[in-house]
Amino acid sequence: MFAELRLGEAIAILPFLAFAVMFLILPTLGLFATAFSDGQGGLTLDNIGALFTPQILRSFSISIRVSFASSALGCLIGLAIALAVIRGRLPPVIRSTLLTFSGVASNFAGIPLAFAFLATLGRVGLVTIILREVFGLDLYRAGFNILSFWGLTLTYLYFQIPLMILIITPAIDGLKREWSEAAETLGASTWQFWRYVGLPVLWPNLLGTLSLLFANAFGAIATAYALTGSSLNIVPILLYAQIRGDVLQNQQLGAALAVGMIAITALANVVYLVVRTRAERWLK
Amino acid sequence: MRGNRFWSWVVFGLGAAYFLLPLLATLEFSLSIRRDGYTLDAYRNVFADPGFQQTFSYSLIIGLCTIIVGIVIIMPAAYFVRLRMPQIRPVVEFLTLMPLIIPPIILVFGYIRLYNSSSFLPLTGSVMGTNILLTLGYVALAMPYMYRAIDTGLRTIDVQTLTEAATILGASRLRILTRIIFPNVITAVLSGAFLTLAIVMGEFVLASLLNRPGFGPYMQNIGANRAYEPSALAIISFVFTWSAMVAIQLLARFAPKSSARKD
Repeated sequence: MFAELRLGEAIAILPFLAFAVMFLILPTLGLFATAFSDGQGGLTLDNIGALFTPQILRSFSISIRVSFASSALGCLIGLAIALAVIRGRLPPVIRSTLLTFSGVASNFAGIPLAFAFLATLGRVGLVTIILREVFGLDLYRAGFNILSFWGLTLTYLYFQIPLMILIITPAIDGLKREWSEAAETLGASTWQFWRYVGLPVLWPNLLGTLSLLFANAFGAIATAYALTGSSLNIVPILLYAQIRGDVLQNQQLGAALAVGMIAITALANVVYLVVRTRAERWLK
Repeated sequence: MRGNRFWSWVVFGLGAAYFLLPLLATLEFSLSIRRDGYTLDAYRNVFADPGFQQTFSYSLIIGLCTIIVGIVIIMPAAYFVRLRMPQIRPVVEFLTLMPLIIPPIILVFGYIRLYNSSSFLPLTGSVMGTNILLTLGYVALAMPYMYRAIDTGLRTIDVQTLTEAATILGASRLRILTRIIFPNVITAVLSGAFLTLAIVMGEFVLASLLNRPGFGPYMQNIGANRAYEPSALAIISFVFTWSAMVAIQLLARFAPKSSARKD
């Protein structure tokens, strides 16, 4: 009796598919086509080759380093906090507060986050002043700068750590009490439990989250732009400048930059998608 | 095992310090516009600025349009996949996750190249067209969250039985979707909607590159030109995001906890 409804059902999914083609797939494919075109209808690798200049390579290098540092530290610190709160027998109210706050902080990115860190660790930031006046430690004389690799990494951690906490909490909940009890009965120490049971189960999840956080940081632009202007040339800021000034520069180079970025985030996410399927095995 | 608990408090305390210090510093800075003590002048300046009012309401309207368009596009697709074609779910899920793989700046670059004034669909050629393009771009950014929210809502109700019952009673597909399914998943849809709003309100790169007067570009401009007002804006944004998340939590309390009927 449902056979005659098939057409109606196809219409239900049509807007979604049309949207995905027009606003996700075609724009991306268009950039690929531009990146490999010589402007006269021929194919070329010249635009990709043009990426290998010292300035652009430096941008990719700083982007990759900031993304990797903020995702790796975000994973480690987020895991430590989540473990402390969930399995460290702290009062339950702390757990719910942590999760609510993580929801807020993981979405508190972009321009306001840059403002907050300027007010904290900028030249006249509160923490900078307190450290100087009270503890006699002049951060800026010691070589720290909010407009630097470590400054940006420290800022990115503000949304990376909470994202890690939100993603890893269900996985930690999935570590059954029985497992640690069984390990304990068999005479395992806490360290042995984590080494042979806990971490191997969480491992695919950790690796997956690492790549998600990496992509998250790699594509972010607003925080860095509001924080550093263009003094720290990460790839998205370079691309932003390229798009703004398209009249002067060549469009193919911008498209090649975009393709380079997609290649790197896609690589990170392929890792995520592959390990996610493995992660779900134990956490039913 | 007592040591275990001690270290838990240490880790938690360090984390709390890292997360609360920037908020306190920003709050303190936003109140320090005068030398003779704390005032709310920076907030007064922000709220009195016509630029703030215009860009805030512009982004709010675009955000609401994003939510409506998002629901209209995603809801029928999620329903259809769940009801009839679970085998194409991986494809649909991959499409909805694409915006997490392709950064927003690349999407908008693609839009500018594809829909410029000399293309087959010259959306950037007019103000209205650009507004539409911005809205659709935000639908793309919100899709991973919106789809997941709606799909989670659909999982808690018995889509199959509700659809069969309504069909036997003579309801059309559109009527089933709008009168039966939608009211049943409205709490889930609303939580996706609040998240979308939180994302759209502060979004910078799409609005900036499409030259639309959004709240994100306005904040960036204030940041480049003022000293204390940016901190006030950061606090306002934080409160806005926080309200959206609290709204989501409250909604979760009213949401049905499990499937009404399982075979």
